[in-house]
Order: sequence, then C-alpha cells, then structure tokens
Amino acid sequence: MDESIRMTIDQQNVQAAAGSTILQAARQAGIEIPTICYHDHCTANGLCRICVVEVEGVRTLQPACVVQARDGMIIHTRSERVIRSRRTILEMLASSVDLSESPEILTMLTQYHSDAFRFPDAEARHPAVIDDNPMYIRDYAKCILCWRCVQVCAEDAQFTYAINFSGRGFETQISTFYEIPMPESTCVFCGQCVGVCPTGALKPKREWLLEMGYSPDEIMSLTRSQRQRRKRREENSPNPS
Amino acid sequence: MLKGEKVVPTTCPYCGVGCNLELHVQDDFIYKVTSPFDSVVNHGNLCVKGRFGYDFIYHKERVTVPLIRKQPQKPGQRTQAFDRSEWREVNWDEALDYTADRLTEIYQRDGSKAMAVYCCAKATNEDNYLLQKFFRAVFRTNHVDHCTRLCHAASVVALQMAIGSAAMSNTAAEVKDCDVFILTGSNPTENHPIIALQMKAAVQKHGAKLIVVDPRRIEMVNYASLYLPIRPGSDVPVFSAMAHVILKENLYNRQFIEARTENFDAFAASLEKFTPEFAEQVSGVDRQLIIEAARMYAAARNAAIFWALGIPESTHGTANALSLINLALLTGHVGRKGTGLNPLRGQNNVQGASDSGAMPWHYPGYQAVDNEENARRWEQAWHIEPGGLNRQRGLTTTEILAAVHPGGVRALYIMGENPMMSEPNLNHTRKKMQELEFLVAQDLFINESGAFADVFLPAASWAEKEGTFTNTDRRVQRVRKVIPPRGQSRPDWEIICDLAKRVESRLNRPRSAYWDYRHPSEILEEMGRYVPDYAGIRYERIEKVGLQTPVPTLDHPGTPYLYSERFPRGRAKFHTLEYIPNAEMPDEEYPFVLSTGRVLEHWHGGTLTRHSWMDDLFPEALMDIHPADAARLGIMDGSPVRVTSRRGSIVLRAKVTTKTNIGVVFIPFHFREAAANLLTTDALDPQAKIPEYKAAVVRVTPASEEELTAILESQPRGRY
Amino acid sequence: MSDLDLSPLLQRLEGLHQQGRTALLPALHEAQSLYGYIPQPAAEAIGRALNVPLADVYGVIEFYSLFYSQPVGKTVIHVCNDPACALAGSETLFKQIRFQQEAAPTGSSPPSLTVEMAPCLGLCEHAPAILVQGQPFGRANRQTWQDLVNGKGERPSSLVGGTVAILTANCGLGHTVELSEYLDLGGYQALRKAFQTQPRQIIEEIKNAGLVGRGGAAFPTGLKWEAAANAPGAVKYVVCNADEAEPGTFKDRVLMEDDPHSILEGIIIAGYAVGAQKGYIYIRGEYLRSYEAMKKAVDDAREAGFLGNNILDTDFDFDIEIRRGAGAYICGEETALFESIEGKRGFPRLKPPFPTTHGLFGKPTVINNVETLANVPVIIRKGAAHYRRLGTEKSPGSKLFCISGDVVRPGLYEVPFGIPFHHLLYDLAGGVRPGHHFQAALFGGAAGAFATPDHLNVRLTFEDLKEAGLPLGSGVITVFDETRDLRDVCLRLARFFAEESCGKCYPCQMGTQRQFEIMERIASGKVYQEDWERLQDVGWTMTDSSLCGLGQTAASAILSAMKRFPHLFQPA
Repeated sequence: MDESIRMTIDQQNVQAAAGSTILQAARQAGIEIPTICYHDHCTANGLCRICVVEVEGVRTLQPACVVQARDGMIIHTRSERVIRSRRTILEMLASSVDLSESPEILTMLTQYHSDAFRFPDAEARHPAVIDDNPMYIRDYAKCILCWRCVQVCAEDAQFTYAINFSGRGFETQISTFYEIPMPESTCVFCGQCVGVCPTGALKPKREWLLEMGYSPDEIMSLTRSQRQRRKRREENSPNPS
Repeated sequence: MLKGEKVVPTTCPYCGVGCNLELHVQDDFIYKVTSPFDSVVNHGNLCVKGRFGYDFIYHKERVTVPLIRKQPQKPGQRTQAFDRSEWREVNWDEALDYTADRLTEIYQRDGSKAMAVYCCAKATNEDNYLLQKFFRAVFRTNHVDHCTRLCHAASVVALQMAIGSAAMSNTAAEVKDCDVFILTGSNPTENHPIIALQMKAAVQKHGAKLIVVDPRRIEMVNYASLYLPIRPGSDVPVFSAMAHVILKENLYNRQFIEARTENFDAFAASLEKFTPEFAEQVSGVDRQLIIEAARMYAAARNAAIFWALGIPESTHGTANALSLINLALLTGHVGRKGTGLNPLRGQNNVQGASDSGAMPWHYPGYQAVDNEENARRWEQAWHIEPGGLNRQRGLTTTEILAAVHPGGVRALYIMGENPMMSEPNLNHTRKKMQELEFLVAQDLFINESGAFADVFLPAASWAEKEGTFTNTDRRVQRVRKVIPPRGQSRPDWEIICDLAKRVESRLNRPRSAYWDYRHPSEILEEMGRYVPDYAGIRYERIEKVGLQTPVPTLDHPGTPYLYSERFPRGRAKFHTLEYIPNAEMPDEEYPFVLSTGRVLEHWHGGTLTRHSWMDDLFPEALMDIHPADAARLGIMDGSPVRVTSRRGSIVLRAKVTTKTNIGVVFIPFHFREAAANLLTTDALDPQAKIPEYKAAVVRVTPASEEELTAILESQPRGRY
Repeated sequence: MSDLDLSPLLQRLEGLHQQGRTALLPALHEAQSLYGYIPQPAAEAIGRALNVPLADVYGVIEFYSLFYSQPVGKTVIHVCNDPACALAGSETLFKQIRFQQEAAPTGSSPPSLTVEMAPCLGLCEHAPAILVQGQPFGRANRQTWQDLVNGKGERPSSLVGGTVAILTANCGLGHTVELSEYLDLGGYQALRKAFQTQPRQIIEEIKNAGLVGRGGAAFPTGLKWEAAANAPGAVKYVVCNADEAEPGTFKDRVLMEDDPHSILEGIIIAGYAVGAQKGYIYIRGEYLRSYEAMKKAVDDAREAGFLGNNILDTDFDFDIEIRRGAGAYICGEETALFESIEGKRGFPRLKPPFPTTHGLFGKPTVINNVETLANVPVIIRKGAAHYRRLGTEKSPGSKLFCISGDVVRPGLYEVPFGIPFHHLLYDLAGGVRPGHHFQAALFGGAAGAFATPDHLNVRLTFEDLKEAGLPLGSGVITVFDETRDLRDVCLRLARFFAEESCGKCYPCQMGTQRQFEIMERIASGKVYQEDWERLQDVGWTMTDSSLCGLGQTAASAILSAMKRFPHLFQPA
C-alpha cells in the first residue's frame, strides 16, 4: 500500500497514499472539509454527511470521511450541491438539538450562512436531563446522535455495551436496556463516552454542578454514600423471602 | 459551558497502567478529566478511577494541617484517633521539631534497628528515593519497605533468580502482537482496566487467542479460547504439567534453550512427576484442557504470559512465578515483541518505588545492600563516612511489624500506606501497631493506620506536586502540580527534606546527606547518577511522552521490551519445582478457600476511593459466592453472612455469582467495616516473605441483618 | 412482572442459543407470541441465551415497530395508512375502531384492544386493509368492528390478471400451489436442468436473458451472481428479499402465497450458480400468511430432497432458512436486511464494500427480490432466447404490476415489458372508477414519482420510463382521480418516511421529520412563503447526501409533485 494516487480536489492536484480516504487526502493538501460525527479514534460511519463532497461521475454526494480516494478522481468540496447539503444539515441540526455547547458546530453554522431558525414550528428533541449516577449526567437534548458514545462503550474501546438506542428515525435516543438507571446497567463508569461526546450531552457531574452555580465546597458536600447505604439497608431488611 | 482556566497533563495516580490524564481546572477545582487520544499508554481511554476518582482531594475529611495527638501514647496502650478532637492542630515547625525530637531520641537510645519506614507505591519516585535515603543515610537502617512486599515480591524474587531482573519484560500494549497469551491470577477488567481493553481488542480485532487460568471465572473468560478453572494454589502443578506436555510432545524450543538457558536437563527430569493426570487431580482442571493449553501456547509464533497477584500472593508464590518463567524459557517466548513474562504491577508507582530503593535488601536500582561495593557507592553519593551505611538486609513490611517489641522496632514512619487494612491477619497487626513507641503518619487522611499515630503530617496530593511515576511497563512519566497544595499540606519530598535536616542537626552530623533540592527534577537526576537504568532520564525528555527504562544515556530512546539479546544474569535459569500445598487447606471446619482482591471502583485500603463519590457506586463490602454453595447454605443474593477464619470474623452481604467457582469465596479488602484482612493468614513465602492473601480457609454462615447493622453503625465517627 | 413464567421461553431458547445473535429476531418473536409483548425479564433471558448485550437487545426491540416493550392489548389491530387504503377510507375505519377501544372499560391493564396505524400492509388491491393479530382482512370498512375483532371478515385472495401468465402461471388459483401440484405443473424441472450444467453456464444464461432486479434498483442479476461467484471465500449466501414494503406493492406477497415453490426453485438455482451453501428468505413481519406458505414450502421441499444434503443425488448441499422481519421498511434495503438477519437494528451499511463480496455475516452474498428469483426457473427451463421473446431489447421478459387506488379492478397484472401505460390502466384495470377521470398516478411507491395525463402513452419499460422521469421501481402504480388532493397523498408519503427512517444518517433522520412538518402545513393550507424553498433544500439534501436508498428517495415523490403540480405547494 505504499503506492500513491493522484486526484484533483477543487482544481488542485493532490497526491496521497493509496487507501487514504478523501478526507485524509484533502487534509494533507490543506483543504478543509468539515466533520461532525467523525473522530480519529472511533470507527467512521459516515452519519452526519457534513463532510460530503461531489465526485465527478458519481450520482450522489460522497462522505469524505469514509470514501476511499481513487486515482484520477475529480473532487469538488465546495460545489453548490455540497454547500446546500451542508447548510441544510446544519439548519436541521440547529432546529432539532441544543447546540449551545457545540462551539465547532456553531462556527460551521456561521461559515455556511445557515439560519439556525430556518424551520419554524419544527419539533426539537428535548428530553429531560438524566441524573442517575454520581459520575456523569446525560442531557440528550444536546445529543446529535454521532454514535461515538455507543461505539466506545462497545468495540471501539470498552467492550461494555451498556448503551444502545431507543426509538428510530428522528425519535432515536441513546438508551440503556429498558431505560434502566445507569448503575443498574453494565456501565463501568469509565467515562469513555464522556470523553468523546462533542456537544456536552454527556458531562462529568461535577462540571455540570459547577455550571449550575454550585461552589466547589457545596459540590463536595453532596456526597450521597451515607444516604445510599441507609437506603439499601432499608430495602434489604424486610425481605425474608 | 465552562471554559476552564487551564488544562494540565499528568499521570493517573491509581493503578500501574499509568494512564495519561489532562486535568481541567477552574478556581483550583478539578472539574473534569480527559485523556489525549494520541497517548501511547491508554489512547484516550480511562477507567472510573482515572476519569472521576480524584475528588478525594477536596473531601472535607482531608487533613491539611499538621496534627499532634493530645493524649500522649504509650507502647502497648496506643489507641486509634479518628476524631479530630483528639488531635491538636500545630504549625509545621512544631510538628517537624516534635517528630525530629522523638525520632532522634529513639535512634540515639536504641540505634538503627529501632527505626523503620514504609515508603509508598503511590508517591513519586522522588518522594520514595528521598524517604529511603532519609532512613538509610540518617538512621543507618535498611528497614525500608513498601507494599510491593504484599503484591509482587514473589514475582520479583523469581524473576531475579531466573533472569536477573524484575519487571515486565514487554510493553502491555504489545498484547495485540501476540498470537496466544496466558492470563493467570489476574483480573485486569477490574485491576488494570486499560490493559483489559487492549487484551479484548487483541482477541476481538487482532485474532489473538487467550488462555485464562484462574480460580475465579473473571470477566476476561468471556474472551478466552480456553479457561482452566484451577483450585487456589495448584499453579505449580498446572503450569508444570503444561511444560510436561510441551516436553513430551517435543514442542519446546531447543535452539533457544541451548543458546540462552541453563539447567535444562535437571528441569526436564523434574517434570516427570507433573503429568496432566497429577495436575488434574490437584487442580480439578480436566487434563485435556491442560494439554490443549500447552499445545496452544507452545505452537504460537508469539506468546506472552500476563499475571498479577494470584501468582505471588502465596506461600509458594516464588515457585508459582518460576513455573511461569520455566514455560516461557521452554518455548522461547521471551525477548521478542509480543511475547514475554509480564507481571502486571498493581500500584501506579510500585515499579518506581522499587526502582527507587524503597526495599529492605536493595539500594535504588536493585543494588544489594549486603554488597560492599554498592554500599561504598552510596556512601559516596550521600556523603557518608566509609562503613557508615548499614550492610545488613533490612526487614520486610510484615517482618517490621512482627519485630515491634522492646529491643526491636520502636519507631515507624508511614508515608501513604495503610498496613491496618493491607497487612494480613489484621488482629495481629493491630497488636503490633499498639506496641509502637512512636508512629508518624504522612498522608491525606487519617486512615486506620494513621489513627494510631503520634503525629500526622498532611501531604499534598498527586495533583499538588511535581514528580515522576514509573508504570507497569517501566515507563517513567511526569506528574504535575495542577493546583496549589490544599491548606497547609506540603509535597512529601519537601516534608522529608525539612525533617531530615532537622534530624541531622540534632545528630550533629558533620556532613549533610544533602536535602537542598529546589525541584524534584534534581532528585531524579541524583538518583540517575547512581542508577544506570535511570541515567538518561531528564524531565525535559519526558514532558510529552514517558521513557521506558532502561534509559542508560541521555540519547537512549528507552526500551519497549527486554532481553532481546541477553538476560541480565547471562543465561536464564530453569528451576526445578515441587508441589507444595497452601499453608491452609479447606477442612470440615473451614470448608471454603477465601481469595481477596480489589474491585474496579475502589483502591486498596480505601483511603482515597472511600473518600470519593466512587463510594456511591460500590458502597459496601460484598462476598462473591457460587450459587451452588449459596443454595447449600441457604444464602440469598444480598443476604448477610458471617465469614470466619482461624484469625477473625466479619459480617457482610453475599453476592451470589458464577464469577467465583464452587468452594471459593472472594472478598475485596477495601472495606474497614468488613476488613477481609482480618481473615487472611500471615503465613509467608519463605523466599519472598509475601503473605498468602489468596488462600485462607474460612467458614461461611448466614448472619442476621442486626449483626450487619451493628457493624455498620459502629463505624468510627467522621469516617466515610 | 415477578410472576412472569419464563420457562416456556427458556425452552424455546434452547433451540436457538447455538445460533447466537442471529437468532435474536426469532427469539423476540417467540417472546412476543408468548407474552403479547416483550417483558424486561424475557428480554434479559434472551440476551443471556444468545450472548447479546442487553442494551443491544433493547435497541433491537425498539427499532422494529412490531415488537413491544410495554404491554399491549390482547387483540392488536393494524389499520393500513398508505395512500391506496386512505382513498378507500382507512382513516374513518381507524377512528371507528379507536372509538371502540376508548369506549372499552378502562382500568383493565393491559387493555383488551390496541389499534395502531400501520404503514402499507401490501393489501392495496383489497383496500382498506387491516391486520387483526397479524391476520389480514380486506375491505374492512364493510365489517362491524366486533366481527373484525373476532376474526370474521373478508380474507383477501389474490386478484391476478394481465396479458401473459409466466410468473403468475400458478397464481390466482384461489389456493397455494403445493409441492405435488407444482411438480405436476413442471416444477423443479429447471433445477434438474441446472444441475446438468456448470454453474458458470447458468450465470451466462441469466446474463444472456438480460434479467434485471425487480426490487427497484434494476441491477443486472447475472452480473451480481457472477461477482458473488468470483468473490473469494468458501462460505457464501443467497438471500431472497421478501421484505416487500414499498407502499402500493403486493406482487411478492401474491407470488409467495400462491406459488412459493417457484421462488424456492429460483433460490436453489442461484445457490448452485454462485456456490452458496445456505439461503435465507427474509419476509416482512406483516406477511404472516406469506411466511406460513413459504415455511410449508421449504419444509416440503426439504422432505422431498430439493433442499438439504446431496440435492437430487448431486453433491450439492443447500438449505434455506426463513426469517421474519418485525416492522421496518428500511429492512428492504439489502444491507439493512443483512443486519436484521444478523440480529441487529436494521441500519443500512456503507457501500462499498458491496454484498457480493461482503454481505450477510461479511460473506459474499447474492440478494435478489422475490420476483427476480421467480424469473430464474423460467429462464433456465426454456432458455434465454425464449425468455427474450417477450419485452424489449433492454427490458426483456414480463413484469408484474401492482395497480391500486382509484381504478375499477385493482390487482396484480403480468404484462410483457413495452405495453403502454394506458393499456394497463384502461384495458386491464378497467380504468378510473366510474364518473371520474385520471388525475395522476404514483409510479414506484413512496420512493417514486407522479405521472400526469401526459404520461398515459408512455411505454412500460425501464428505458422509456427513465426518459419520462418516472421510476419503474417495483412495478407499483397508485392511481388518483381528479377528486383527490395530492397534497394529502404527499403528506402520507412524508409521514411514512418520517416513521420509517432508521435515523442513521443526519439528512434522512432529520430531513424526513422536517419534510413531514412542512407537508403538514401545506396539506392543511397554512403554507409559509419560504416553505417551497425549505422543502426543496430538505428534499435535495436528502436526495444528494443520504446514506442509503431510503433517504435518497424519501423526497422523490414530493419533489416530482412540486415539479408537476407546483401550484399545490404555493400559498393560496
């Protein structure tokens, strides 16, 4: 695979190692292609399609993060079709998800002249914050369904498989088994998911509390172990069966 | 959304993996931990402790002022003081002068043999180097040890006997280059979580085959091609039977044996008795599995052995480890990438503390104390008159406590450790602690051991000081000061220097051993001048990525795997072994074998993790018991049980699970309210002096909720 | 919950646990048939038996609309909501049953009756159609709801017509053609003939016949087989895509229910040609009768030695397993279908790699539509040249059309490629219902495009329709007379896609939802000035950038309506 291939990206001649994706080839050549769901250390699934580019001779736009560059490809990363798709995807995201903690996506909205309020009366996804464990909170109103958390919980890192999806389509949400609280799931609280979450949907609890205005001292006085131990004792004691 | 004031890279303070961390700070509050995805150690992955388990720093129980006991303590009547009202807050001068006075007094009265110190595998290389220097150079004692004695001592001894060195031969991440690897006496899912991920990826993504040999059905068994559920203590017969099969079926590596080993013929002859049939009888493992495992390991192109404390924590721990070494030598699975003998080290810096000389038989760099040349070298290093250093091997941790009596050890200095939780047979430990004449505790919290102390010196946490840790695969990595020390707490190295100078002046030493370091980097440089493996390490060289020892020169790139050319002792040596049963075997009165260990959410004696929100995740001790045993005893999942050994008795809840096998129960040792080490035996391995934590025999009986509640309510005030 | 008796489930799981994760959907079907829904402890038992992570088990339950994680009524009724059934009054029917449901005594939990709107049930020629406990009933507006609940109603039988009867030779007889009858009619002769030739020659024959896929994508079947045959690897699969769910389509159902062996014969020949050892038939969950017919056919064929080891005394071993879907249109997409067989959520995969090299379980796989496979014995028996006597050069052979909506004789029609649309509409299907005239027809189902009166003369071939900007798709034509509001039709299509999007890629996940919301406004007459552009942007973004065919065609009907009937989408 030491061979190199040549292609044209935005009228520029680009050389790359065989097997490179279009994204890798473009980045090497200093051509910026935006990405949202893509993460260097997660399996790329081509979900967000913000990285789509136009490849001459191919009917649909191609996700640069997963499509392999081929010798002789003529690629346009900023054609009208590409811009329309990117702008619309960003507008749809803004109408569906709380992007207030996704500075990179907000910057893209500006770059692509997207109107965050493009879709009036659009239904947004705004489930309540899930605060079911002492380590991190889940605010799926901010979830863009990039899948990274599910992947790192599974084969991409942790092999723990605590989370998957509920619902489908627009109603998709990341979920535990029957939506049980995280401590009852197989979760080992490694926080790999928190580490790869790009939008603040997953957040360390202490960070969340600090944002809510608690002082560090107040936060640290919130230890619940005593209460939990008592609760557990009560649950266990009148249980002769 | 917090912007955060700064993000500081550092190294995780928990296990031996040595994950790279980035601490996010605002107003001196660490609110988040991330890890760089390009980290060579952990690739951005962490476990619950590394990601969330640092909040002990801010726990309200943390002591950040020096304390002296109000009530003077007398040998034999020493009591535990958990409550702050029993302590007087003092300033550093008073605390250190008091400490210096008492230590000097005892030393001048009783001499070196009365002085002992527990170094700390959690502290930095620099802290440990200085503390052993303090006791060796100032008090002329070798009674210097740390918890390595209680974990891998037997592995270390065995590796030194057979190979001449004592560390993981290869890098943990190389597991992906294995075709086959044996995992034994190790539960990496909970104890080396990031290595567990690498092992799972090796199996799932790189096609490696895993052989698990363990008395517990650990989670990694789900990934194993073969699982050998051995009875506790049958390691030598099983691994020797594998060698027997390899020999008999002519699967051994003749070329390697001829070129690089010695004592093969005697070894080969000694294998005759270790037939698979014999191993089956002793271990309870189907002989066919043993034969298959032997073939699989021998036939592999690259095969490695990983083990943890299930091997060494035994009265025949050295033999256990030797049986693994024999296997690797027989097949030549050592000295190449993706092979090796890999004892997974427990503590974040147990490798480094050992390298730094926190051991009774060795100066830093494993230089034997009873070697004249070594002693001379260190006398020079520390400006000591010739013959001034003690040439006698010191006492090990367990021996130090055993020697607490008039005429024996009188003063004990404990940095960070907690023998009152981690020693075996705690009832005995308690008596010995009570016998001490003077006890110094240097820690973050008043733990079960510190509660016995006369003086408490508040140390800075790992996030409040500079230094280095050496991880399980010998990688020396930076620890950084992220926030200022809380309250009046001070970094260990500073406390030691300050105290050492005060003692030196009281002793009127003509020349100081030198304690005027401006920065920990100077301490590591001093050590490097006399320890060749560290000679090439400088802080500047490890700002981004750590270096793996040996690093003999300033331009040496570090050593990912050892022994490619030669073994430190020249030829590696086969050892002939015998099967020796555990010190205690189950009988009618005590029908179960108790194994002890850790759980994912807690760390050792619990000083840190039980002062963390992680305690919410795993708030109380649980005893794993197999469903068949539980059913026989009428024990339900979650119901209270009493566990009794010849030495003690505890009450805790049962967890009915197939993770443990029939006849074996497992209790983690983190919980003072059900301290597993009240039950364990202090029988020692004769060579390594390591206790048999993994095989005490016990009796299990149903208990009442009242008994359990009584114990929970009797917790000392102010704890947890 | 605690008194749930898991023992019957555990018993059934014993037979499945060897298979591992691929048995997940069958296991969930078992649980649901036992308990009416999938209680959490049952899901847990299934996860443990099949070694599937519990969160994944839940993810799968949640993906398929026929699986319930919460208790449902003792009787579950699905009312079809597709355009053809809507024209026939399904909305009113739904409201009536819903009313009965609500009038039923409350407090009893679970309720005795659950009624749900369903995507197209593939019974368009019997509109309005419903399923009662999975059993189909046609023209359900003519029954009382009590009769329906009690399983009394019109059992739909095939309505088959056309000008030729090649694929449908054994269809419309009023019963399922069983093995003995099939053999009497010359069945399995093609298979015997195939075994006398080399696999390569069979592939050549299929290529020469010019057979292209009938599922909608029109890919040359012979090339597909050749690629799979050439792909390295010893393990290969043939998959019959019977997840017929394109609104308006019911041809595969008729073939399966009337002449199942012709499909089996096609699958076995395909297996022999590409060197596969195993075939799967993936039938949509709503097609219970098709499942039963195919199941019996497979059992009979195995009994008679057409499946199993050493078929017809050759050294060819091949067997077929039938899988039921569970309510997900996306599983008609070939890679999503593989995922579903593998026991996962039906997420389509990225392509490349293509199924011919990395298909089911990552192995080389041929996946063909039911109708495509039914063509295979025809071609093999009489030869490619004979097959080509019908149709055109580029569209040889005959084609099944499903015509429904405002026509006099809705049904399945087999015609040679090349007849004009008006011939099918007026001469065969009897034209638009009396007193009305043709306004438009939806070609290709939800993923299709609208034809106008200008298209009445278009010849029904791949090439002619392409030129006219109409997809042949799976051969579905839904006809609307002048009284119908096409905005309502578009709204239904938009709702269909919003409900059926898998949610994997962003354009479709959010685009189908936004498209639906805008169509709701348009259909209710409350159009915003900018809605036209919004709908265009959303539509073209889905078309250009979606990951799979579902998203890429989720706007096609609406975009075609906007092109051909622009005034409907403008503010009044």
